[in-house]
Amino acid sequence: MKAWKRRGGQLQGGFEQQEAAVLRGLVSQLEDMLQARAEETPQDPLAELTGIKAGPSESPNDPVLSRLLPDYHKLDPDNPSKEDLDSAGVLRSIHEPEVVDAKVGVAQVVMETLPRDGGNVRLTVEQADAWLSALNDVRLALGTALDVTEDMPEQLPEDDPRSPHLGVYHWLTYVQESLVEALTA
Amino acid sequence: MGAVDRPWQTVVWNDPVNLMSYVTYVFQKLFGYSRDHATKLMLDVHHKGRAIVSSGSKEKVEGDVTRLHAAGLWATMEQP
Repeated sequence: MKAWKRRGGQLQGGFEQQEAAVLRGLVSQLEDMLQARAEETPQDPLAELTGIKAGPSESPNDPVLSRLLPDYHKLDPDNPSKEDLDSAGVLRSIHEPEVVDAKVGVAQVVMETLPRDGGNVRLTVEQADAWLSALNDVRLALGTALDVTEDMPEQLPEDDPRSPHLGVYHWLTYVQESLVEALTA
Repeated sequence: MGAVDRPWQTVVWNDPVNLMSYVTYVFQKLFGYSRDHATKLMLDVHHKGRAIVSSGSKEKVEGDVTRLHAAGLWATMEQP
């Protein structure tokens, strides 16, 4: 992957076959997790009638999904007030389906525009914005799983089981940073 | 004003994953802020741990938090 370039209204990048396989794999895994979460949605006859989806009111148990779909209020982890908990549950059930749809949508843009075997990628600004969100979601997922901190080193000791995955994380950071630079240059 | 009318605030929290450049870009794109203002808010998030990035009716702030979540930022809402 070389740095993204902007040519007029087009963002141009290129991926090696292996890079495309890694990114497509991560994005499609995330898409599957989000689709599974959407299917947890309670069956509600009123929602079927009105077409307005209601999502779950509880935060996901999975730490990755819970980072991708945060609570609407800052809740005291030990002793949240009942009022905040109730309100956060209501807000989640109203808005979570929209957030999940947006995340699945940007994941699909990446899957549609990144060739399976790698090669050139040409994006409109709108598609590039979708890529930025999808790259960010994948970095959040991997960052949560790897327990990334602000002062994360470039490399971990070789015997650290997270070591090989950290390289992928830093590579994704480069792909995203370079795309923001190309968009805002 | 009663509790119903008091304005709500959108709060963005610091996060070890989100890139400073990306957070600035999101503030510009979602709220139409200038690069300078968006950068100042991003730096507040980074250095102070949180920043209020918008305020208004409950409905507006719910929409702002939803769009920030879609973009992957850690946002919450409060009514001070």
